[in-house]
Amino acid sequence: MDLLRFFTAGNVDDGKSTLIGRLLYDSNSISTDIIETLTRQSKTTGTNTEIDLALLTDGLRAEREQGITIDVAYKYFSTDKRKFIIADTPGHIQYTRNMFTGASNANLAIILVDARNGITDQTKRHSIISAILGMPHVLVCINKMDLVDYSEEKYKQIESDYLTFAKQLNLKDISFIPASALAGDNVVTKSDKMSWYKGKPLLEFLETIEIVEAKQTDVSRFQVQYVIRPQTDDLHDYRGFAGRVVSGSYQKGQKVTVLPSGIETTIDKIEVNQQEVELAETNTPVVLHLKDDVDISRGNSIVPTEHLPKTEKEVTATICWMDNAAYIPGQKILLQQNSFRTKAVVKEVISKIDIHSFTQLESDGAMKLNDICKVLIKTAEPISFDSYADNRNSGSFILINENTNNTIAAGTID
Amino acid sequence: MDYIQDKEEIMKNKDYLDELEAEAIYILREVAGQFDRPALLFSGGKDSICLVHLALKAFRPGKFPFPLVHVDTGHNFEEAITYRDNLAKQLDEKLIVRYVTDTIKAKKLQDGKGKFPSRNGLQTYTLLDVIEEFEFDACIGGARRDEEKARAKERIFSVRDEFGQWDPKMQRPELWNIYNGKVNKGENVRVFPISNWTELDVWNYIKREKIELPSIYFTHERECILTENGQLMNTNEFVTIEEKDVVVKKKVRYRTVGDMTCTAAVESEAYTVDDIIKELKEAKISERGATRMDDRVSEAAMEDRKKGGYF
Repeated sequence: MDLLRFFTAGNVDDGKSTLIGRLLYDSNSISTDIIETLTRQSKTTGTNTEIDLALLTDGLRAEREQGITIDVAYKYFSTDKRKFIIADTPGHIQYTRNMFTGASNANLAIILVDARNGITDQTKRHSIISAILGMPHVLVCINKMDLVDYSEEKYKQIESDYLTFAKQLNLKDISFIPASALAGDNVVTKSDKMSWYKGKPLLEFLETIEIVEAKQTDVSRFQVQYVIRPQTDDLHDYRGFAGRVVSGSYQKGQKVTVLPSGIETTIDKIEVNQQEVELAETNTPVVLHLKDDVDISRGNSIVPTEHLPKTEKEVTATICWMDNAAYIPGQKILLQQNSFRTKAVVKEVISKIDIHSFTQLESDGAMKLNDICKVLIKTAEPISFDSYADNRNSGSFILINENTNNTIAAGTID
Repeated sequence: MDYIQDKEEIMKNKDYLDELEAEAIYILREVAGQFDRPALLFSGGKDSICLVHLALKAFRPGKFPFPLVHVDTGHNFEEAITYRDNLAKQLDEKLIVRYVTDTIKAKKLQDGKGKFPSRNGLQTYTLLDVIEEFEFDACIGGARRDEEKARAKERIFSVRDEFGQWDPKMQRPELWNIYNGKVNKGENVRVFPISNWTELDVWNYIKREKIELPSIYFTHERECILTENGQLMNTNEFVTIEEKDVVVKKKVRYRTVGDMTCTAAVESEAYTVDDIIKELKEAKISERGATRMDDRVSEAAMEDRKKGGYF
């Protein structure tokens, strides 16, 4: 059994929470006591259905009172075929940063469209964010088909509008499903009201789609998280570099380079849970031992000598500004790429991306909450990186305000 | 070409538990790398037992870069306490225990009242005190997002202010595998490495890794009060038994190991981990709903406790 992480995006009234509620409810993932609570709540705050399925994901009191989703909520369910992790992200404009957050770990985006309204500005924004974050699969779920009399014509129109718009985005794998979350059409079971639709219902689609790991080259990457040094009598010389194989694989005897120092050495030993192994694949937590006694600390990269990432003090990147406080030109910040952290400064705001047309606008140098900009960043220490398009892990970073400690931006390297 | 085929083969055999485990180990190592004085909050329950198991995989042959810390309410099950002490001894890791009973005396607090006196609110005081005493800047906990609605919205690195408070509207965005644990002195970060695990995942992992648990997780005979809403509450020295109470002897087990006064037992025939997994797959009642009296108080009970500094 494997794992699929997906995120859902849509307008406030597209019925996103209802769709998730329906998936959980119809796949028997909700316990009776939660249903009891829901029935009770639905009577006081709920809308028109017997059980307001949206209440399943609206977790915090403010959300229940206002009837909106204010933050990323994670939900879990599994079928015989797969385990699913859903990041439910709010649609309204002021929370674009949460969508970035939910989308960053997902391999599939479900973008909800209200069949009555067709493609809206928000649909475009969600798609553009999916494109920037290199989403391997995009599913456009055309919801509320019951309110357009299950019209094939309406569905075809939206499908064609979306494909026209998406052409410029370079999205890889786009699928469409007509559905009604409220009525349960094409969510878990196939709808008998849309016989013209020959595809799978949503759940079956999710169970069977072949997952492409996002933007993963086979080039091997590893960053040191922590140095294990027991310093006991019997393990006096033990010095292991603990971290995760970010991409590709590592094997015993492989020639590697430590970055940013550039020192070349060889992998002497690979340990997984204290067992020595010959080969460690992507995502395995390992402890690497090197032949030579090299000075290595947290955040350093150990990479194959024949496939080095770039190591520079300047990167061009697309960033989403996430802080309530706007960017102050010249402000000192920290850049964190996995376990590597360095002081940095935004040297130039090159352009601003129009989130509704995906065009680059001339920048006035300002960046505020939810802006997506192309920037030039200068770092104090050299950073070893790949382009985000080649590697989701070594090509992504966050920016931290040194004063407030807040995460103020997230970026993908060009 | 050969390489790609190999890779497909690997993907086919990939177990989602490997992915959850790798994520948790990664998070534990980030804690070790980012903080000066972290701690692992250990309760003797299955979730924190899994955390210790994951820490072994993350840091051995080295020592844990943090002590185990237990806030002992004085209402704990003896089996959990014995397990805790044995585990710390066996692993030769540092264990710090602080007692809610001591906090009640020192701070002249009002102890839990009523038929099932709860110290749930009170343990927050002890927790905040022990964080202050050792100046912990990170506290690793075994909370999972599937447990409760407020937890579903909490970050893996969850920043608390100097009063231990959680502000759900001011959470740091958390992207990719990048965790920002930077805090000012006096603040701390609660870290939840198994956020993405469900109750069933935890049991499947316990099975796969052959992790030993306190005996109360498995079915045994126990004297209980059958409450009006159908919950089975263990009879013990802290619970007042009245004449009208229906006291029954049942075959029960515990799904969570909380305080004896506010954790209900469930009737069960599950004597092994396999039995439990089978039972869970058929179970209709969620974990906290089945066993926690404290969450039933209001819809926002957990949210309020977390904002106040609770785990």
